[in-house]
Amino acid sequence: MSAAPVRSIGLQFDQVDKLYGAVYALRNLTLDVAAGECVAIAGRNGSGKTTLLRASAQLLRPTRGSIAYSGSAEHTKPRIGFVAHATMVYDELTAKENLIFFAKLQGVAAPDVRAGELLRDVGLKERQDSLVRTFSRGMRQRVAIARALLAEPALLLFDEPGTGLDAESNAWLTEHLRTLRDTGCTILMSLHGDSELARLATRAVRMESGSVIADTRRGAMFQSIFTAAGC
Amino acid sequence: MALISNAAVLLGKEVRTEFRSRELLSTTMVFVLIVVVVFSFTFDPTTNESHRFGPGLLWMAFLFAASLMLQPCFLREQTNDTLSALRLAVQDPFAIFLAKIAASTLFLLLTELLMLPIFAALFNVSFGAQLPGILLTFFLGSLGISIVGTALAAISAQARMRELLLPLLLLPLLTPILVVSTEVTVGLMSRDAAIDWKGIGLMAGFDIVFLTVLWLFGEYLLEE
Repeated sequence: MSAAPVRSIGLQFDQVDKLYGAVYALRNLTLDVAAGECVAIAGRNGSGKTTLLRASAQLLRPTRGSIAYSGSAEHTKPRIGFVAHATMVYDELTAKENLIFFAKLQGVAAPDVRAGELLRDVGLKERQDSLVRTFSRGMRQRVAIARALLAEPALLLFDEPGTGLDAESNAWLTEHLRTLRDTGCTILMSLHGDSELARLATRAVRMESGSVIADTRRGAMFQSIFTAAGC
Repeated sequence: MALISNAAVLLGKEVRTEFRSRELLSTTMVFVLIVVVVFSFTFDPTTNESHRFGPGLLWMAFLFAASLMLQPCFLREQTNDTLSALRLAVQDPFAIFLAKIAASTLFLLLTELLMLPIFAALFNVSFGAQLPGILLTFFLGSLGISIVGTALAAISAQARMRELLLPLLLLPLLTPILVVSTEVTVGLMSRDAAIDWKGIGLMAGFDIVFLTVLWLFGEYLLEE
Protein backbone atom coordinates (compact mmCIF):
# COMPACT_ATOMS: atom_id res chain seq x y z
CA MET A 1 0.00 0.00 0.00
CA SER A 2 1.30 3.41 -0.95
CA ALA A 3 2.31 5.54 2.02
CA ALA A 4 3.34 8.59 0.06
CA PRO A 5 2.11 11.89 1.52
CA VAL A 6 -1.15 12.98 -0.03
CA ARG A 7 -2.31 16.50 -0.76
CA SER A 8 -5.22 16.59 1.66
CA ILE A 9 -8.10 19.00 1.70
CA GLY A 10 -10.08 20.70 4.43
CA LEU A 11 -13.82 21.03 4.67
CA GLN A 12 -15.96 23.89 5.96
CA PHE A 13 -19.68 23.61 6.67
CA ASP A 14 -21.20 27.03 7.18
CA GLN A 15 -24.69 27.12 8.75
CA VAL A 16 -25.85 24.21 6.65
CA ASP A 17 -29.47 23.04 6.70
CA LYS A 18 -30.69 19.99 4.82
CA LEU A 19 -34.41 19.41 4.76
CA TYR A 20 -36.31 16.38 3.52
CA GLY A 21 -39.84 17.74 3.28
CA ALA A 22 -40.34 19.39 6.67
CA VAL A 23 -37.76 17.22 8.44
CA TYR A 24 -34.33 18.61 9.21
CA ALA A 25 -31.55 16.11 8.47
CA LEU A 26 -28.96 18.82 9.15
CA ARG A 27 -29.82 21.94 11.13
CA ASN A 28 -27.61 25.02 11.19
CA LEU A 29 -24.51 22.83 11.04
CA THR A 30 -21.21 24.64 11.25
CA LEU A 31 -18.11 22.48 11.22
CA ASP A 32 -14.56 23.23 10.19
CA VAL A 33 -12.37 20.22 9.40
CA ALA A 34 -8.73 21.10 8.79
CA ALA A 35 -6.69 19.34 6.13
CA GLY A 36 -5.15 16.17 7.54
CA GLU A 37 -7.57 15.80 10.46
CA CYS A 38 -9.11 12.44 11.32
CA VAL A 39 -12.59 13.11 12.67
CA ALA A 40 -14.87 10.50 14.22
CA ILE A 41 -18.57 11.35 14.17
CA ALA A 42 -20.80 9.75 16.77
CA GLY A 43 -24.52 10.00 17.31
CA ARG A 44 -27.76 8.06 17.53
CA ASN A 45 -29.57 6.72 14.46
CA GLY A 46 -31.13 9.65 12.63
CA SER A 47 -28.78 12.22 14.14
CA GLY A 48 -27.54 13.30 10.69
CA LYS A 49 -24.20 11.47 10.41
CA THR A 50 -24.92 9.90 7.02
CA THR A 51 -26.37 13.15 5.64
CA LEU A 52 -23.25 15.00 6.79
CA LEU A 53 -21.03 12.49 4.98
CA ARG A 54 -23.14 12.52 1.79
CA ALA A 55 -23.12 16.31 1.75
CA SER A 56 -19.33 16.23 2.23
CA ALA A 57 -19.11 13.97 -0.83
CA GLN A 58 -21.19 16.47 -2.84
CA LEU A 59 -23.86 13.82 -3.33
CA LEU A 60 -26.53 16.11 -1.97
CA ARG A 61 -26.93 19.86 -2.08
CA PRO A 62 -27.67 21.74 1.17
CA THR A 63 -31.06 23.43 1.42
CA ARG A 64 -29.36 26.43 3.05
CA GLY A 65 -25.77 27.33 3.90
CA SER A 66 -22.60 26.37 2.10
CA ILE A 67 -19.93 23.70 2.02
CA ALA A 68 -16.42 24.69 0.93
CA TYR A 69 -13.23 22.74 0.34
CA SER A 70 -9.87 24.26 1.15
CA GLY A 71 -6.65 23.06 -0.43
CA SER A 72 -8.17 21.87 -3.69
CA ALA A 73 -7.78 23.85 -6.86
CA GLU A 74 -10.78 25.95 -7.81
CA HIS A 75 -13.04 24.42 -10.49
CA THR A 76 -11.34 21.05 -9.89
CA LYS A 77 -13.36 18.23 -8.46
CA PRO A 78 -11.84 17.22 -5.10
CA ARG A 79 -10.64 13.61 -4.96
CA ILE A 80 -13.07 12.03 -2.51
CA GLY A 81 -13.26 8.38 -1.47
CA PHE A 82 -16.55 7.30 0.10
CA VAL A 83 -17.45 4.05 1.82
CA ALA A 84 -21.18 4.10 2.58
CA HIS A 85 -23.71 1.62 3.95
CA ALA A 86 -24.31 0.33 0.43
CA THR A 87 -21.23 -1.15 -1.21
CA MET A 88 -21.42 1.04 -4.34
CA VAL A 89 -20.05 -1.76 -6.52
CA TYR A 90 -21.72 -3.85 -9.23
CA ASP A 91 -22.83 -7.35 -8.23
CA GLU A 92 -22.73 -8.52 -11.85
CA LEU A 93 -19.06 -7.62 -12.33
CA THR A 94 -16.07 -9.34 -10.77
CA ALA A 95 -14.09 -7.64 -8.00
CA LYS A 96 -11.29 -6.83 -10.43
CA GLU A 97 -13.66 -5.61 -13.17
CA ASN A 98 -15.30 -3.29 -10.64
CA LEU A 99 -12.01 -1.76 -9.55
CA ILE A 100 -10.66 -1.37 -13.09
CA PHE A 101 -13.94 0.23 -14.16
CA PHE A 102 -13.91 2.82 -11.37
CA ALA A 103 -10.16 3.40 -11.77
CA LYS A 104 -10.63 4.21 -15.47
CA LEU A 105 -13.46 6.62 -14.65
CA GLN A 106 -11.24 8.43 -12.17
CA GLY A 107 -8.35 8.60 -14.60
CA VAL A 108 -6.03 6.42 -12.49
CA ALA A 109 -2.80 5.60 -14.31
CA ALA A 110 -2.40 1.84 -14.95
CA PRO A 111 -5.85 0.82 -13.63
CA ASP A 112 -5.05 -2.87 -13.93
CA VAL A 113 -1.98 -2.60 -11.71
CA ARG A 114 -3.72 -0.38 -9.15
CA ALA A 115 -6.69 -2.75 -8.95
CA GLY A 116 -4.34 -5.69 -8.43
CA GLU A 117 -2.46 -3.86 -5.65
CA LEU A 118 -5.62 -2.99 -3.76
CA LEU A 119 -7.13 -6.45 -4.16
CA ARG A 120 -3.97 -7.90 -2.68
CA ASP A 121 -4.11 -5.39 0.19
CA VAL A 122 -7.72 -6.19 1.06
CA GLY A 123 -7.05 -9.92 0.85
CA LEU A 124 -9.17 -10.65 -2.20
CA LYS A 125 -6.48 -11.50 -4.74
CA GLU A 126 -7.58 -15.13 -4.83
CA ARG A 127 -11.19 -14.15 -5.53
CA GLN A 128 -10.51 -11.23 -7.88
CA ASP A 129 -12.20 -12.95 -10.83
CA SER A 130 -15.33 -13.96 -8.93
CA LEU A 131 -18.55 -12.02 -9.38
CA VAL A 132 -19.22 -9.70 -6.44
CA ARG A 133 -22.70 -11.22 -6.09
CA THR A 134 -21.04 -14.42 -4.83
CA PHE A 135 -19.23 -12.53 -2.02
CA SER A 136 -20.14 -12.38 1.67
CA ARG A 137 -21.04 -9.01 3.25
CA GLY A 138 -17.55 -8.64 4.66
CA MET A 139 -15.90 -9.36 1.31
CA ARG A 140 -18.15 -6.85 -0.42
CA GLN A 141 -17.19 -4.26 2.20
CA ARG A 142 -13.53 -4.93 1.41
CA VAL A 143 -14.18 -4.35 -2.30
CA ALA A 144 -15.99 -1.13 -1.34
CA ILE A 145 -12.99 0.04 0.67
CA ALA A 146 -10.64 -0.79 -2.21
CA ARG A 147 -12.90 1.19 -4.58
CA ALA A 148 -12.79 4.22 -2.29
CA LEU A 149 -8.98 4.12 -2.17
CA LEU A 150 -8.41 3.73 -5.92
CA ALA A 151 -7.54 7.33 -6.78
CA GLU A 152 -5.57 8.03 -3.58
CA PRO A 153 -8.24 10.41 -2.32
CA ALA A 154 -7.48 13.64 -0.51
CA LEU A 155 -10.65 13.27 1.57
CA LEU A 156 -11.92 9.92 2.81
CA LEU A 157 -15.46 9.49 4.08
CA PHE A 158 -16.46 6.34 5.93
CA ASP A 159 -19.99 5.58 7.05
CA GLU A 160 -19.57 2.93 9.73
CA PRO A 161 -16.67 1.30 7.92
CA GLY A 162 -16.44 -1.73 10.21
CA THR A 163 -19.91 -2.98 9.19
CA GLY A 164 -19.77 -6.64 8.23
CA LEU A 165 -16.02 -6.97 8.70
CA ASP A 166 -14.55 -9.81 10.74
CA ALA A 167 -11.84 -9.20 13.35
CA GLU A 168 -9.03 -9.75 10.86
CA SER A 169 -10.47 -7.34 8.29
CA ASN A 170 -11.20 -4.78 11.00
CA ALA A 171 -7.58 -4.96 12.11
CA TRP A 172 -6.46 -4.48 8.50
CA LEU A 173 -8.77 -1.50 8.09
CA THR A 174 -7.60 0.11 11.33
CA GLU A 175 -3.99 -0.31 10.33
CA HIS A 176 -4.63 1.00 6.87
CA LEU A 177 -6.52 4.05 8.11
CA ARG A 178 -3.67 4.73 10.53
CA THR A 179 -1.25 4.80 7.56
CA LEU A 180 -3.55 7.08 5.59
CA ARG A 181 -4.00 9.40 8.59
CA ASP A 182 -0.24 9.55 9.11
CA THR A 183 0.32 10.47 5.46
CA GLY A 184 -1.98 13.47 5.91
CA CYS A 185 -5.22 12.26 4.34
CA THR A 186 -8.31 14.00 5.75
CA ILE A 187 -10.69 11.39 7.16
CA LEU A 188 -14.28 11.69 8.36
CA MET A 189 -15.87 8.54 9.72
CA SER A 190 -19.16 7.90 11.40
CA LEU A 191 -18.96 5.28 14.12
CA HIS A 192 -21.22 3.43 16.50
CA GLY A 193 -19.60 3.16 19.91
CA ASP A 194 -16.02 3.01 21.00
CA SER A 195 -13.69 0.87 18.87
CA GLU A 196 -10.15 0.58 17.59
CA LEU A 197 -11.21 2.84 14.71
CA ALA A 198 -12.39 5.52 17.15
CA ARG A 199 -8.96 5.54 18.76
CA LEU A 200 -7.44 6.57 15.43
CA ALA A 201 -9.37 9.82 15.44
CA THR A 202 -7.65 13.07 16.33
CA ARG A 203 -11.00 14.72 16.91
CA ALA A 204 -14.45 13.50 17.90
CA VAL A 205 -17.77 15.11 17.12
CA ARG A 206 -21.15 14.15 18.52
CA MET A 207 -24.31 14.91 16.56
CA GLU A 208 -27.93 15.13 17.59
CA SER A 209 -30.94 16.22 15.51
CA GLY A 210 -28.71 17.31 12.65
CA SER A 211 -26.44 19.56 14.71
CA VAL A 212 -23.06 19.19 16.38
CA ILE A 213 -23.59 19.13 20.15
CA ALA A 214 -20.06 18.20 21.23
CA ASP A 215 -16.71 18.64 19.53
CA THR A 216 -13.46 17.69 21.17
CA ARG A 217 -9.87 16.81 20.51
CA ARG A 218 -8.05 14.36 22.77
CA GLY A 219 -8.76 14.59 26.50
CA ALA A 220 -11.27 13.52 29.08
CA MET A 221 -14.25 14.38 26.89
CA PHE A 222 -12.97 12.27 23.97
CA GLN A 223 -14.10 8.85 25.18
CA SER A 224 -17.40 10.16 26.48
CA ILE A 225 -18.40 11.14 22.92
CA PHE A 226 -18.55 7.46 22.01
CA THR A 227 -19.71 6.01 25.29
CA ALA A 228 -22.78 8.26 25.56
CA ALA A 229 -26.01 6.28 25.56
CA GLY A 230 -27.32 5.27 22.18
CA CYS A 231 -24.13 5.70 20.13
CA MET B 1 -12.15 14.85 -23.57
CA ALA B 2 -12.78 13.46 -20.07
CA LEU B 3 -16.50 13.47 -20.93
CA ILE B 4 -16.01 11.22 -23.95
CA SER B 5 -13.54 8.87 -22.25
CA ASN B 6 -15.80 8.57 -19.16
CA ALA B 7 -18.83 7.92 -21.38
CA ALA B 8 -16.89 5.26 -23.33
CA VAL B 9 -15.87 3.47 -20.13
CA LEU B 10 -19.44 3.60 -18.84
CA LEU B 11 -20.83 2.34 -22.15
CA GLY B 12 -18.38 -0.55 -22.04
CA LYS B 13 -19.70 -1.48 -18.60
CA GLU B 14 -23.35 -1.24 -19.76
CA VAL B 15 -22.68 -3.49 -22.75
CA ARG B 16 -20.68 -5.99 -20.71
CA THR B 17 -23.31 -6.33 -17.99
CA GLU B 18 -26.14 -6.60 -20.54
CA PHE B 19 -24.43 -9.26 -22.64
CA ARG B 20 -23.64 -11.12 -19.43
CA SER B 21 -27.22 -11.08 -18.14
CA ARG B 22 -29.18 -10.55 -21.42
CA GLU B 23 -32.05 -9.29 -19.27
CA LEU B 24 -33.08 -6.30 -21.37
CA LEU B 25 -32.44 -7.68 -24.83
CA SER B 26 -34.26 -10.96 -24.28
CA THR B 27 -37.27 -9.25 -22.66
CA THR B 28 -37.69 -6.62 -25.35
CA MET B 29 -37.11 -9.01 -28.25
CA VAL B 30 -39.70 -11.45 -26.95
CA PHE B 31 -42.13 -8.56 -26.41
CA VAL B 32 -41.73 -7.10 -29.92
CA LEU B 33 -41.91 -10.56 -31.47
CA ILE B 34 -45.20 -11.30 -29.67
CA VAL B 35 -46.72 -7.98 -30.78
CA VAL B 36 -45.70 -8.47 -34.43
CA VAL B 37 -46.83 -12.09 -34.56
CA VAL B 38 -50.16 -11.46 -32.80
CA PHE B 39 -51.01 -8.55 -35.12
CA SER B 40 -50.04 -10.48 -38.24
CA PHE B 41 -52.36 -13.37 -37.33
CA THR B 42 -55.19 -11.13 -36.12
CA PHE B 43 -55.40 -8.97 -39.24
CA ASP B 44 -53.84 -11.18 -41.91
CA PRO B 45 -52.99 -7.98 -43.83
CA THR B 46 -52.53 -7.65 -47.57
CA THR B 47 -49.38 -5.92 -48.85
CA ASN B 48 -51.26 -2.65 -49.30
CA GLU B 49 -52.64 -2.77 -45.77
CA SER B 50 -49.17 -3.63 -44.43
CA HIS B 51 -47.74 -0.57 -46.13
CA ARG B 52 -50.45 1.59 -44.54
CA PHE B 53 -50.47 0.46 -40.92
CA GLY B 54 -47.28 -1.61 -40.66
CA PRO B 55 -45.03 1.35 -39.72
CA GLY B 56 -47.44 2.45 -36.98
CA LEU B 57 -47.51 -1.06 -35.58
CA LEU B 58 -43.71 -1.31 -35.70
CA TRP B 59 -43.15 1.97 -33.86
CA MET B 60 -45.80 1.13 -31.28
CA ALA B 61 -44.02 -2.14 -30.58
CA PHE B 62 -40.65 -0.33 -30.40
CA LEU B 63 -42.08 2.27 -28.02
CA PHE B 64 -43.40 -0.31 -25.56
CA ALA B 65 -40.18 -2.30 -25.86
CA ALA B 66 -38.22 0.87 -25.12
CA SER B 67 -40.29 1.63 -22.04
CA LEU B 68 -39.49 -1.87 -20.76
CA MET B 69 -35.82 -1.31 -21.54
CA LEU B 70 -35.55 2.17 -20.06
CA GLN B 71 -37.26 1.45 -16.75
CA PRO B 72 -34.33 -0.42 -15.19
CA CYS B 73 -31.52 1.77 -16.54
CA PHE B 74 -31.38 3.91 -13.37
CA LEU B 75 -33.20 1.49 -11.04
CA ARG B 76 -30.30 -0.95 -11.41
CA GLU B 77 -27.94 1.76 -10.16
CA GLN B 78 -29.94 2.00 -6.94
CA THR B 79 -29.45 -1.59 -5.84
CA ASN B 80 -26.02 -0.95 -4.33
CA ASP B 81 -26.12 2.85 -4.67
CA THR B 82 -23.71 2.60 -7.58
CA LEU B 83 -25.11 5.85 -8.96
CA SER B 84 -23.42 7.68 -6.07
CA ALA B 85 -20.15 5.92 -6.90
CA LEU B 86 -20.52 7.00 -10.54
CA ARG B 87 -21.26 10.59 -9.56
CA LEU B 88 -18.15 10.64 -7.38
CA ALA B 89 -15.97 9.11 -10.08
CA VAL B 90 -16.90 10.97 -13.27
CA GLN B 91 -15.64 14.43 -14.13
CA ASP B 92 -18.93 15.45 -15.75
CA PRO B 93 -22.25 13.81 -14.75
CA PHE B 94 -23.44 14.19 -18.35
CA ALA B 95 -21.13 11.25 -19.15
CA ILE B 96 -23.53 9.02 -17.19
CA PHE B 97 -26.44 10.15 -19.38
CA LEU B 98 -24.41 9.85 -22.59
CA ALA B 99 -23.48 6.27 -21.79
CA LYS B 100 -27.04 5.30 -20.82
CA ILE B 101 -28.42 6.91 -24.00
CA ALA B 102 -25.83 5.19 -26.19
CA ALA B 103 -26.48 1.82 -24.55
CA SER B 104 -30.29 2.13 -24.83
CA THR B 105 -30.04 3.24 -28.48
CA LEU B 106 -27.72 0.35 -29.25
CA PHE B 107 -29.94 -2.26 -27.58
CA LEU B 108 -33.08 -0.81 -29.15
CA LEU B 109 -31.50 -0.76 -32.61
CA LEU B 110 -30.37 -4.34 -32.16
CA THR B 111 -33.94 -5.38 -31.28
CA GLU B 112 -35.31 -3.44 -34.27
CA LEU B 113 -32.81 -4.94 -36.71
CA LEU B 114 -33.53 -8.46 -35.54
CA MET B 115 -37.28 -7.84 -35.82
CA LEU B 116 -37.11 -6.29 -39.29
CA PRO B 117 -36.81 -9.55 -41.32
CA ILE B 118 -39.52 -11.20 -39.19
CA PHE B 119 -41.80 -8.22 -39.80
CA ALA B 120 -41.01 -8.28 -43.52
CA ALA B 121 -41.84 -12.00 -43.74
CA LEU B 122 -45.06 -11.87 -41.70
CA PHE B 123 -46.41 -8.68 -43.31
CA ASN B 124 -45.21 -9.44 -46.82
CA VAL B 125 -43.20 -6.23 -47.28
CA SER B 126 -39.72 -5.78 -48.68
CA PHE B 127 -37.23 -3.10 -47.70
CA GLY B 128 -34.42 -3.97 -50.13
CA ALA B 129 -33.34 -0.70 -51.69
CA GLN B 130 -34.70 1.40 -48.83
CA LEU B 131 -32.63 -0.30 -46.14
CA PRO B 132 -30.23 2.66 -45.62
CA GLY B 133 -33.22 5.00 -45.19
CA ILE B 134 -34.90 2.56 -42.79
CA LEU B 135 -31.69 2.28 -40.76
CA LEU B 136 -31.33 6.06 -40.56
CA THR B 137 -34.97 6.43 -39.48
CA PHE B 138 -34.64 3.67 -36.88
CA PHE B 139 -31.44 5.23 -35.57
CA LEU B 140 -32.83 8.77 -35.20
CA GLY B 141 -36.14 7.50 -33.78
CA SER B 142 -34.42 5.17 -31.29
CA LEU B 143 -32.00 7.93 -30.28
CA GLY B 144 -34.90 10.29 -29.57
CA ILE B 145 -36.73 7.67 -27.52
CA SER B 146 -33.53 6.91 -25.59
CA ILE B 147 -32.70 10.56 -24.85
CA VAL B 148 -36.14 11.41 -23.47
CA GLY B 149 -36.53 7.99 -21.84
CA THR B 150 -33.17 8.16 -20.06
CA ALA B 151 -33.96 11.59 -18.63
CA LEU B 152 -37.37 10.43 -17.44
CA ALA B 153 -35.94 7.17 -16.07
CA ALA B 154 -33.56 9.25 -13.91
CA ILE B 155 -36.53 11.23 -12.57
CA SER B 156 -38.85 8.29 -12.06
CA ALA B 157 -36.18 6.17 -10.33
CA GLN B 158 -36.38 8.54 -7.36
CA ALA B 159 -40.18 8.63 -7.25
CA ARG B 160 -42.52 6.44 -5.26
CA MET B 161 -44.74 5.22 -8.12
CA ARG B 162 -41.76 4.68 -10.40
CA GLU B 163 -43.19 1.80 -12.47
CA LEU B 164 -46.20 3.92 -13.39
CA LEU B 165 -44.48 7.26 -13.72
CA LEU B 166 -42.12 6.48 -16.59
CA PRO B 167 -44.72 5.36 -19.16
CA LEU B 168 -47.04 8.17 -18.05
CA LEU B 169 -44.40 10.83 -18.71
CA LEU B 170 -42.79 9.09 -21.66
CA LEU B 171 -45.78 8.67 -23.99
CA PRO B 172 -46.86 12.34 -24.27
CA LEU B 173 -43.30 13.61 -24.66
CA LEU B 174 -42.48 11.09 -27.37
CA THR B 175 -45.60 11.74 -29.43
CA PRO B 176 -43.90 14.21 -31.84
CA ILE B 177 -40.98 11.94 -32.72
CA LEU B 178 -43.20 8.87 -32.96
CA VAL B 179 -45.55 10.60 -35.39
CA VAL B 180 -42.64 11.78 -37.56
CA SER B 181 -40.84 8.40 -37.38
CA THR B 182 -44.02 6.63 -38.47
CA GLU B 183 -44.59 9.09 -41.33
CA VAL B 184 -41.01 8.69 -42.57
CA THR B 185 -41.27 4.88 -42.33
CA VAL B 186 -44.60 4.95 -44.26
CA GLY B 187 -42.82 6.91 -46.99
CA LEU B 188 -40.06 4.31 -47.12
CA MET B 189 -42.50 1.39 -47.27
CA SER B 190 -44.84 2.82 -49.94
CA ARG B 191 -44.75 1.75 -53.60
CA ASP B 192 -42.94 4.96 -54.63
CA ALA B 193 -40.54 4.67 -51.75
CA ALA B 194 -38.51 7.77 -50.93
CA ILE B 195 -36.84 9.33 -47.95
CA ASP B 196 -38.78 12.21 -46.42
CA TRP B 197 -35.79 14.47 -45.69
CA LYS B 198 -37.97 17.01 -43.94
CA GLY B 199 -39.07 14.30 -41.52
CA ILE B 200 -35.47 13.18 -41.03
CA GLY B 201 -34.55 16.80 -40.25
CA LEU B 202 -37.36 17.05 -37.70
CA MET B 203 -36.21 13.84 -36.01
CA ALA B 204 -32.60 15.09 -35.86
CA GLY B 205 -33.86 18.42 -34.50
CA PHE B 206 -35.89 16.67 -31.79
CA ASP B 207 -32.81 14.66 -30.77
CA ILE B 208 -30.54 17.72 -30.68
CA VAL B 209 -33.01 19.83 -28.65
CA PHE B 210 -33.62 17.17 -25.98
CA LEU B 211 -29.92 16.24 -25.79
CA THR B 212 -29.06 19.91 -25.22
CA VAL B 213 -31.70 20.22 -22.50
CA LEU B 214 -30.31 17.11 -20.82
CA TRP B 215 -26.76 18.47 -21.06
CA LEU B 216 -27.87 21.72 -19.40
CA PHE B 217 -30.05 20.29 -16.64
CA GLY B 218 -29.08 16.61 -16.35
CA GLU B 219 -26.96 17.13 -13.24
CA TYR B 220 -30.05 18.16 -11.25
CA LEU B 221 -31.83 14.95 -12.21
CA LEU B 222 -29.14 12.88 -10.52
CA GLU B 223 -29.21 14.76 -7.23
CA GLU B 224 -30.85 13.26 -4.16
